[in-house]
Amino acid sequence: MAKKRKMLLVKGNEAIAMGAIEAGCRFYFGYPITPQNDIPEYLSAHLPAVGGTFIQAESEIASINMLLGAGATGARAMTSSSSPGISLKQEGLSYMAGSEIPGVVVNMSRSGPGLGGIHPSQGDYFQATRGGGHGDYRTIVLAPDSIQECYELTMSAFDLADKYRNPVVILGDAILGNMKESLDPKPYRPKKIKKEWALTGAEGRPPRFLKSLYLSDGELTKHNWKLYKKYQSMDREVRWQDLALEGSKLVLVAFGSMARVLKSTVAMARQEGLKVGLIRPITLYPFPKDMIRRTSEKTRHFLTMELNTGQMVEDVRLAVKPGTKVDFFGVPPGYIPSPDELLREIKKVYLQKK
Amino acid sequence: MSVPVEKLKAKLVFREERCKGCGLCVLTCPRKILAISDRLNNQGYPVAELTDPDRCNGCALCAEMCPDIVIEVWK
Amino acid sequence: MQQVFKRPEALHDVPFHFCGGCHHGIIHRLVGEAIDEYGLREKTIGVASVGCSVFMYDYFNVDVVESPHGRASAVAVGVKRSRPEDFVFTYQGDGDLAAIGTSEIIHSANRGERITVIFVNNTVFGMTGGQMAPTTMLGQTTTTTPFGRDAQKNGFPIRMAELLAQLDGTAFSARVAVNKVKNLKQAKKALRLAFDAQIDGRGLGFVEFLSACPTNWKMTPEQANTRVEAEMIPCFPLGVFKDLVGGPAEASEE
Repeated sequence: MAKKRKMLLVKGNEAIAMGAIEAGCRFYFGYPITPQNDIPEYLSAHLPAVGGTFIQAESEIASINMLLGAGATGARAMTSSSSPGISLKQEGLSYMAGSEIPGVVVNMSRSGPGLGGIHPSQGDYFQATRGGGHGDYRTIVLAPDSIQECYELTMSAFDLADKYRNPVVILGDAILGNMKESLDPKPYRPKKIKKEWALTGAEGRPPRFLKSLYLSDGELTKHNWKLYKKYQSMDREVRWQDLALEGSKLVLVAFGSMARVLKSTVAMARQEGLKVGLIRPITLYPFPKDMIRRTSEKTRHFLTMELNTGQMVEDVRLAVKPGTKVDFFGVPPGYIPSPDELLREIKKVYLQKK
Repeated sequence: MSVPVEKLKAKLVFREERCKGCGLCVLTCPRKILAISDRLNNQGYPVAELTDPDRCNGCALCAEMCPDIVIEVWK
Repeated sequence: MQQVFKRPEALHDVPFHFCGGCHHGIIHRLVGEAIDEYGLREKTIGVASVGCSVFMYDYFNVDVVESPHGRASAVAVGVKRSRPEDFVFTYQGDGDLAAIGTSEIIHSANRGERITVIFVNNTVFGMTGGQMAPTTMLGQTTTTTPFGRDAQKNGFPIRMAELLAQLDGTAFSARVAVNKVKNLKQAKKALRLAFDAQIDGRGLGFVEFLSACPTNWKMTPEQANTRVEAEMIPCFPLGVFKDLVGGPAEASEE
């Protein structure tokens, strides 16, 4: 009989760090910033024990570039930060995408713009899902809504980064990072991924180089289309969760912590006889546009709810069948809405005259 | 200027297509036996040449100074 | 007859794109020769930077990764920590290392990272057309100091070799030139010590090469070469500013 795993009570930040080590991440480069400091602190204590390397770098910029370097040699490496620090990493992400170097970047979002605050927010949705830096590129974006997902999606992130030779972003927030929940520390199932492009010293083979600069006539055009096709192919990795869609008159769309609150809210709404359902995208890129489109054929009214002033709602509008009504309710950072408040807003929308 | 190869102390081979006529070799040569010629290579640069092959002793200082690795030296 | 001088194995047999009289070609060759001498060609990973030397991967016959502008030493840290058994070097100009990259080079040196950094100082931003660099000398005209560099408005030329020598993690720091054979031979010696700093695990090895830029200085190759001797060396003295490589083993070494 298999030995029963011990359940743990950990923060989201810790779960991410644990998932990384479990998935074979042996290099972490980061810089302190609230609300994600448990990640570098955990890894500074636990990476050496597995033969890993922890560097507290001089900046978020240095961190992303160290990630680029380690990734270039084929190693599994990670960096983490929060909103303003993620802004600093954008150039590095663009270079990694252009040179097709894998790596995992964790954003435990805080509020902006600018120094903003340390409240949780979902204001980095655009930054995460539209590449974030310059040029035509995308990163896969995974949005956990529980400590268990923090752990498991981190493990998936490394597989996806290696599979697509691309950076992968984990988009959490301050609540998720700092709350504690039980975690089942499932073992990682290693995937065999060959890295014939990795830099390991040109012994017995021609030298390799990893670059994003293409100056010859037509070269960069070709490269950009190649990358485009790669991003399109990521559609097969799409993931979402849905709740109570059957017979719904109004479908809520939300991700991360907002979706957590809404799971309770949907239950309350259904109890009051409101036919409300919920779609929770887990991959924000690729966005579950096909699934939303299909749902909008039957349910003609959507309400997107986010901790910002309106970002994911644009993707919902793009995805639904034309003529579908898409409303938005936003709570920019500063406080966390309660299920009661959200239920009031949902009722307003649900009951409005058509 | 034609001395049989066996009698030369050193032999220089110029990969003229790489020369940019910068003249650093001319400045460096201790015996002043290098000069920029009138001949242009495919890139349009006037190329360097050895004016007095039998006075070359293969010190290779010209080759060491050349930024384009134009000169190969045999001794 | 025996061949006594040829292109090193560590350099591909391709023409350089550098301007006539630019010293990059000489420096590339010295680095290539050192790689050959140490037998490192198959165990080297180079980190290219942004500037006239951006095409390093077309010239060095080794694995190379491109780095964003200024970040080469951070990228090199990622590479070296992942592949400690390989020889890792960066090749950076004065904009890359002394302007945008100062944070990364200082901290890489401060941590004593086992990498070798080749720094090419020609007192201007070359690739972008001759703007002021942190190393531009007082009074020097560039495209962004058309009236000459003025200490009041534009600050002073920065001396990286001396600056980095202050840091405990720097194992070797020197400034050299390649404008004449005597200097070139000293440069080669310094380069070997900077290689040793990494190979012996002593810390960061740094060599600053003074270099000519005829095009952006609006000079002939000969005039540019003379300027290195007559104007640059008085401002950026040649020499070794720190050497823990030749000396006795440090007791504090872990």
